[in-house]
Amino acid sequence: MTAADQRPQAAEPMLVLDEVNTFYGQIHALQGVNLTVAEGEIVTLIGANGAGKTTTLKTISGLLHPRRGTVRFEGADVSKTAAHTLVRRGIGHAPEGRRIFGRMSVLENLMMGAFTRDQPTIPPDLDRVMTLFPRLRERTHQLGGTLSGGEQQMLAIARALMSHPRLLLLDEPSLGLSPILVQQIFSIVREINEQGTTILLVEQNALQALSIAHRAYVLQTGRVVLTGPAREVMSDESVRKAYLGED
Amino acid sequence: MTAIASPAAHPNPLARGLRMTAIAVAAVIAYLVVLWMALSLFGGRTIDAAFPEALQQTVNALSIGAIYALIALGYTMVYGIIELINFAHGDIFMLGAFLSVVFIGGITGNNEAVTNIPLLIILILGALILTMPIIGLLNAGIERAVYRPLRKAPRLAPLITAVGVSFILQNVALTIAGSGDRRAPQIFPLDWQISVGGAEISILSIFIFVLAMVLMLGLQAFVTRTRLGRAMRATAQDQEAAALMGVDANQTISLTFLIGGMLAAAAGLVWGLRFGYVRFDLGFNSGLKAFTAAVLGGIGNITGAVIGGFIIGFIENFAAALGYARWQEFLIFVILTLVLIFRPTGILGQHSGDRA
Ligand SMILES: Nc1ncnc2c1ncn2[C@@H]1O[C@H](COP(=O)(O)OP(=O)(O)OP(=O)(O)O)[C@@H](O)[C@H]1O
Ligand SMILES: [Mg+2]
Repeated sequence: MTAADQRPQAAEPMLVLDEVNTFYGQIHALQGVNLTVAEGEIVTLIGANGAGKTTTLKTISGLLHPRRGTVRFEGADVSKTAAHTLVRRGIGHAPEGRRIFGRMSVLENLMMGAFTRDQPTIPPDLDRVMTLFPRLRERTHQLGGTLSGGEQQMLAIARALMSHPRLLLLDEPSLGLSPILVQQIFSIVREINEQGTTILLVEQNALQALSIAHRAYVLQTGRVVLTGPAREVMSDESVRKAYLGED
Repeated sequence: MTAIASPAAHPNPLARGLRMTAIAVAAVIAYLVVLWMALSLFGGRTIDAAFPEALQQTVNALSIGAIYALIALGYTMVYGIIELINFAHGDIFMLGAFLSVVFIGGITGNNEAVTNIPLLIILILGALILTMPIIGLLNAGIERAVYRPLRKAPRLAPLITAVGVSFILQNVALTIAGSGDRRAPQIFPLDWQISVGGAEISILSIFIFVLAMVLMLGLQAFVTRTRLGRAMRATAQDQEAAALMGVDANQTISLTFLIGGMLAAAAGLVWGLRFGYVRFDLGFNSGLKAFTAAVLGGIGNITGAVIGGFIIGFIENFAAALGYARWQEFLIFVILTLVLIFRPTGILGQHSGDRA
């Protein structure tokens, strides 16, 4: 490999998945996924249960590694890079199921989010995420495990933001939230994006996700079956049937 | 803003600390009273004669409990982070006891008590500063070499391996030091005592208790107030989520073994000062009791291990004070069984919401 290969190329998007195949033992969960996310975009990944959305995000953030194919982030091959290293490289991941540290306070959870940051940058960052989610400011010293589901979701997103990710992976941030809170979460996602963070959003709530995304991918049993601008995907007949509840 | 920026774990850590201290003091006084009554009712002493003895014994119980608590922390922290019952941990304590004998004996060259206070402090602190990191690194090295390759293996594999490591460490000590008791230099004068209400209270016991408390409060401060300490707790709660925060699980696990080994080494050093001997199988008996303490307190829970250690110290002391020293183990396990029947997760079980 030459030095030139490792340099970010102007033409290449921020994130590139190239024929990614990820396995759980014998289970072939991702079967040649191709996907790109350009800087500044909101891209959404939709698909039925078990399609491989979570697996895709975990393969990007380094919790899983592809057996074949490559993941490139900002021009560098990160297929084999460990998750804890990728955080420093700029990938934030708010995982499925929130995964809050239940026996830590809200503040400590946020401090964990800032684990890779320098101490002096932390107070302004705390202020920023607490302005984004005022509820967290009220609950600063409450244990994560005693927060409501919606509050935990806010904390999960806020915690991921504390690492200053350039690419933020969100796995079903609206799951289990009341309609008002869903609205709120989506508008915050858009706000985060407008402040300069690139977003890859996995959602069951396809209509909402497509309405804030620039582009979309539809995943089915480990393969991308449809991709395009969000507006086009939204008007695709098979998508309307399968995910938007029309017939 | 300062309230938000401060990394304190609790809205009012001072209030929490004061409450815990009050509970602990109340528990010690309760033990003192119970022992006093027991000695005068069943021990054949008059009520007047029983009090000083009860007071002396209570202080002794605190010092032996502190030793168990220090060892128990290593069991509970390792269990908390990789769910391994580290059977070799007692033997790490034993090696700590041996190594401090080597250092103290090597420096002083004899077994005499050192009555020059600054010299005594320098000797003890010096031995601690040498022994703790060496034993801590040994413990971390064992994890790196032996347990880490088995991290993804079925649970039983590392468990059996730990039993094997325990035998190896015992045999190393057996080969080097032989099977009999080896004298540990009792440089801390045993006849230093304070008279309180007719009781002669051992200053060594007080020293051991205070040293252990300092180490344990230091650990508490480390896990609640520092970045690495928080990372350790985060890894124990959810390793994958901690990795997503940028925490290197391997590094954190090494750190856990390092700290556990260091605390066990400190326990080993004070063991030698107090009992005056070390032996290759020291880790078996004390290790088992410390492990029991960890289970009693709620394995995985740091505060629980400390509470468990002191409870074991009290039980053991109670039996011995009443002349039933041979029933110590029996009593310990009866109480363990009773606690586990009513609280299967131990006194501060994993899900009780304790944050340390
Ligand atoms: N740890 C695992 N071990 C074995 N198989 C797994 C594991 N995790 C996921 N799978 C399988 O991989 C496939 C993809 O799972 P994944 O979690 O990525 O789906 P998803 O699209 O996120 O679904 P959902 O919408 O239900 O969250 C599924 O068939 C699932 O059963
Ligand atoms: Mg999923």
